[in-house]
Amino acid sequence: MTKVFTRPKSLTDKPFHYCPGCTHGIVHRLVAEAIDELGIRERTIGVAPVGCAVFAYEYFNCDMQEAAHGRAPAVATGIKRVLPDRVVFTYQGDGDLAAIGTAEIVHAATRGENITVIFINNAIYGMTGGQMAPTTLIGQVTTTTPYGRDPGKAGYPIRMSEMLATLEGSAYIERVSVHDIKHINQAKRAIKKAFETQLAGKGFSMVEVLSTCPTNWGMTPVEALKWLEQNMIPYYPLGVKKEGK
Amino acid sequence: MAKVLMKGNEAIAEAAIQAGCRYFFGYPITPQNEIPAYMAKRLPEVGGCFIQAESEVSAINMVYGAAGAGARVMTSSSSPGISLKQEGLSYIAGAELPCVVVNMVRGGPGLGGIQPAQSDYFQATKGGGHGDYHLVVLAPSTIQEAVDLVMEGFDIADQYRNPVMILGDGMLGQMMEPVEFRPLSSKRELPPKTWATTGYTGDRPRNIINSLFIDPQALEEHVKRIYRKYEEIKKKEVKVECYNCEDAEIIVAAYGTTARIVKSVIQKAKQEGMNVGLIRPITLWPFPTSTFEEWAQREHVKAFMSVEMSMGQMVEDVRLSVNGRKPVFFYGRTGGMVPEPNAILSEIKKVIGGVSR
Repeated sequence: MTKVFTRPKSLTDKPFHYCPGCTHGIVHRLVAEAIDELGIRERTIGVAPVGCAVFAYEYFNCDMQEAAHGRAPAVATGIKRVLPDRVVFTYQGDGDLAAIGTAEIVHAATRGENITVIFINNAIYGMTGGQMAPTTLIGQVTTTTPYGRDPGKAGYPIRMSEMLATLEGSAYIERVSVHDIKHINQAKRAIKKAFETQLAGKGFSMVEVLSTCPTNWGMTPVEALKWLEQNMIPYYPLGVKKEGK
Repeated sequence: MAKVLMKGNEAIAEAAIQAGCRYFFGYPITPQNEIPAYMAKRLPEVGGCFIQAESEVSAINMVYGAAGAGARVMTSSSSPGISLKQEGLSYIAGAELPCVVVNMVRGGPGLGGIQPAQSDYFQATKGGGHGDYHLVVLAPSTIQEAVDLVMEGFDIADQYRNPVMILGDGMLGQMMEPVEFRPLSSKRELPPKTWATTGYTGDRPRNIINSLFIDPQALEEHVKRIYRKYEEIKKKEVKVECYNCEDAEIIVAAYGTTARIVKSVIQKAKQEGMNVGLIRPITLWPFPTSTFEEWAQREHVKAFMSVEMSMGQMVEDVRLSVNGRKPVFFYGRTGGMVPEPNAILSEIKKVIGGVSR
């Protein structure tokens, strides 16, 4: 019998710990498929964040480093400068990348650090139990915005891709979503392109992936996918934000 | 190699390069700015890499990444900047990565001042960041010693997979002395860095640099294993200088710049007929506990006195080591004020007057 669907070589056989309906699993697979297809697994080094994906080092079947909260781009910088011929990527959530690690991501981008960043934006802190993220939408209820996010008190959700695209050092930045098959395929193309950007030595690349958190959003997985499409995409428009150089 | 006249900070930077350090990540802060400036100029000449990071937080995490990739790497800063590096140092210790960190201490707390101080002793020797861990802390008192200790510091870091701190002060960093870059007197067998994340090609297990152990039993085992390493360090790596201790009536404990001042005080005291000794810890962690224990048991030693550029930090370790056998006194200046020989001498006289009465 011919196998038509298998686990990518770049994923270990460790079962994911993610909640039912969480899209981290999909994005892990897309990253692993891209690494497999480019044939770079043996020379790829990943950097795991603090957040729901903290155990990413158990799932990606390549050498990995686990960084402190928000510091993955600095850790990746250290690795890449020592091993410039290796492929280095970070996998970070919105709290990690857009709040505590803002300085690290901005300066990695502005240095044109030749690394690839996979940025999961699910508009909430998942691991710590559903607090407001820098990307939480206006009016969105979280444990720390129990009356809905009020911009007068908590400010506005931050559009990282657009912000980083303004920097000279960024080479390729795209925002994608994983709420349906068509968009998952698009996300895969973007992730592969981000790695290709690094392989070509063009500089900083980032793919922002709009994702769901059914557990902390208080929705079924299907409701969450719809909520993403209807609420997140209007505020976080999909598409290429920076390309070419 | 002939001796050259060099500023402390620059000599430390050159020593790192001689020791094979090829990566440096730093952030400007006085009084250590000559170190990153020297590295920025020299590292490209030897095929290395210098980055001026966006913060000390970022710099120490670049050190984490580079050390995890198997490189010899260094960062330097001064007190407020070292506070910012504590998060990273805790992770580096937890993930068992080798690196060298230089702290050219200035007065604190807060923004404090920019003049020399020794008020980061607690932070340096007791961990500094969160969790159960220690840095190996080396405290040079001359620029030659700083050069030698930086070079050996990289070996110690590699041998034990633990961060090493060079604890200097603004005076040591800024002054000039003749130095010689010479090979280390003791050659160590350093373990190969088989754990480094260099790419999983299949000829070894997958390497993961990590300090997360979510299972408490596993975390306890991990920490206990690190502590067994610390026991070995305590046995093998203590460095201390005993100066004029034979027949000394009072023994002064001092390290770094302060120890130099105390040595000239000892000469003055001799001229006035007083026998004063000096125990100069060169490793502040591990602390030379047994040296203090031994001298505390000598009949002729009546008292100890810790002299520091702080409000009294090392004196706590001196007291623990002397363990009630003899009285322990303290004299210190802080905030960037350097103790004057005459002031130290008059404190010594007070102590001698008190204990011999």
